[in-house]
Amino acid sequence: MNSTNLDPTKDTLVPLLRRMLLIRRVEERLSADFHAGKLPGGVHLYIGQEAVAAGVCAHLRDSDTITSTHRGHGHFLAKGGSPRAMMAEIWGKQEGICRGMGGSMHVADVSKGILGANGIVAAGLAIATGSAFAAKLDKGDRVAVCFFGDGASNQGTFMECLNVSTLWQLPTIFVCENNNFSEFSPTATVTAGAIIDRARAFKIPCTAVDGNDVLAVWRAAGAAVEHARKGGGPSFIEAHTYRLHGHLEAEKSFLKSPYREDREIEEWRQRDPLRRFKDYLTGERICDGGEIDALEAEIAEIVEDAARFAEAGEPADPNLVFDIMFHEQRA
Amino acid sequence: MAKKRYIQAINDALMEEMARDPKIILFGEDVEISMFGDTQGLRARFGADRIRNTPICEATLTGMAVGAAASGYRVVLHMMFSNFIYTGFDAIANQMAKLRLMTGGQMRFPITVLAGYGGGRSSAAQHSDTPYPALMNLGGVNVVVPASPADAKGLLKTVLRADNPTFFLEAGGRGAETAEVPDDDYTIPLGKAAVLREGRDVTIVAIGTMVKHGVAAAAELAGKGIDAELIDVRSLVPFDEDTVLASVRKTGRLVVADEARDRCSAASHICAVVADKGFGSLKAAPKRVTVPNVAMPYAPNAEKNVLPNATKIAEAAAALVNAKAGS
Ligand SMILES: Cc1ncc(C[n+]2csc(CCOP(=O)(O)OP(=O)(O)O)c2C)c(N)n1
Repeated sequence: MNSTNLDPTKDTLVPLLRRMLLIRRVEERLSADFHAGKLPGGVHLYIGQEAVAAGVCAHLRDSDTITSTHRGHGHFLAKGGSPRAMMAEIWGKQEGICRGMGGSMHVADVSKGILGANGIVAAGLAIATGSAFAAKLDKGDRVAVCFFGDGASNQGTFMECLNVSTLWQLPTIFVCENNNFSEFSPTATVTAGAIIDRARAFKIPCTAVDGNDVLAVWRAAGAAVEHARKGGGPSFIEAHTYRLHGHLEAEKSFLKSPYREDREIEEWRQRDPLRRFKDYLTGERICDGGEIDALEAEIAEIVEDAARFAEAGEPADPNLVFDIMFHEQRA
Repeated sequence: MAKKRYIQAINDALMEEMARDPKIILFGEDVEISMFGDTQGLRARFGADRIRNTPICEATLTGMAVGAAASGYRVVLHMMFSNFIYTGFDAIANQMAKLRLMTGGQMRFPITVLAGYGGGRSSAAQHSDTPYPALMNLGGVNVVVPASPADAKGLLKTVLRADNPTFFLEAGGRGAETAEVPDDDYTIPLGKAAVLREGRDVTIVAIGTMVKHGVAAAAELAGKGIDAELIDVRSLVPFDEDTVLASVRKTGRLVVADEARDRCSAASHICAVVADKGFGSLKAAPKRVTVPNVAMPYAPNAEKNVLPNATKIAEAAAALVNAKAGS
């Protein structure tokens, strides 16, 4: 019996909320810090999409790997990355998870199986496929998940990775987060047909889910992970969601015209995955308001602590580049 | 003359040339809304046939540029950040740069590839490269690196009217810088460097993003009684050897400022040319001021540490001038 067909218990549900809240509140802080001019580089925020990372990563162990995108904070935190180390990275500090060398678009924690956010659209697909190949060679039950956007699905590498993963029956889990936009282009203006149909051509398990419904994501991902762990090969999930913030926080400073209507953003706010999940938990009497408030308070403290840690950190070591460009060899 | 932003000058050149020549088409990711501003307003003026947003698919876009050009169009391909040139590199290196020769000269490739390059904004290593050394080494593509608004406009017009594939690389983060741009319909030939300042003591050759720092370095050196000659190469392929060699014959000293990584940089090539053809006039070994052979770090202090700047250029030049002959 597939365990994920069962109704999740409170022990499963509360951690899901916790992860979603953590992502949301960390990113709200990053947004504020960015607009206050405190961050050295740009940030692409995941606000509105938290259910996808949380619902998928709930099934993963540290030994499983994920690859992510330029919009990678949510995946990093959902897979168990440290808020302190991530924020310090985004601040460009020595204490950062990549010692200040990578920044927002490149947060990675290999010890947690987070092979990294990535600045090259669709690069993570092949990296995850390679990691899945390694998992298969190891003969264990590790899986590799690649998170990618609807925009990334237009890169040829998507087809190439589906092909190799299917041909070799690799434990690759393709999670396409369709958030309606590819940068500033509405998805339909740059994407023909349904993305899921591209994966269906390979006759692998394909599921479309409401990406703003964390339980729907959690169920679909549970099935895909179990399938991969048992040696069943790759799966594809398309999670339909929406990014509530800009493509990047700075976009209003350089775009001459809007690319979406405020009304549309407002509509999607009504479907905010975090609010929906809270309503579900209280409506089903799984949690009461007091429990959720306590969780909010706990998360607020974690975020405040991480932000302070980041701000107080030491600037990156400028000479590090020469020491770490190669392993045991100076650049 | 009127003061114009660098990015506006590029936009003007595109507007004027697309109005002149209905065979010019332009495509790339989000060129309609225009992130950098260089393609701003083109869609409204020239319509969907000639200006198009594409899906994210660089490997296909570069191949499509080759195919559309081989079929009679004059293609402008916008690659956004220059690092994405790597994503589309196969059709650039194996097709665009080679097919003309391989078809016995049957094909012509009026292709202009636009991309912003360079660091300095904490964009990290995948959005900060200066990739022209790789392009210079292909053989079959031109590489243009305008530093001023007037040059950007005049060079782009030349490129858009020419029949060879050309990378027109925009100095990243410099779009808002303004300078005088002539009002008339002028062009600037490729392969002609500009001498921005005449001097006797040392030649500073600056490339693209480094020109601004070269200007500041020359001013700094003047304060110390060192008279630097400053040359903006403007195009790397073709490259104006004559202007650089003539200058070195006069000064006997050469510093090349280049934002590429040092190994096989454009600066290495220029120093090699001067060592080869100007050896007799050199009073000291040529110096390169470049980025070390590392990936661009994100943290601002670490990034600043590896990027060339006016002080590094001035120090290199002063060291050459102050070095005793033969040491
Ligand atoms: C190879 C490459 N091409 C272009 C870009 C510029 N770019 C960054 S994000 C993006 C859109 C990505 O859309 P999608 O995959 O849907 O992800 P989303 O931003 O919606 O999360 C583009 C075109 C890039 N980073 N890498």
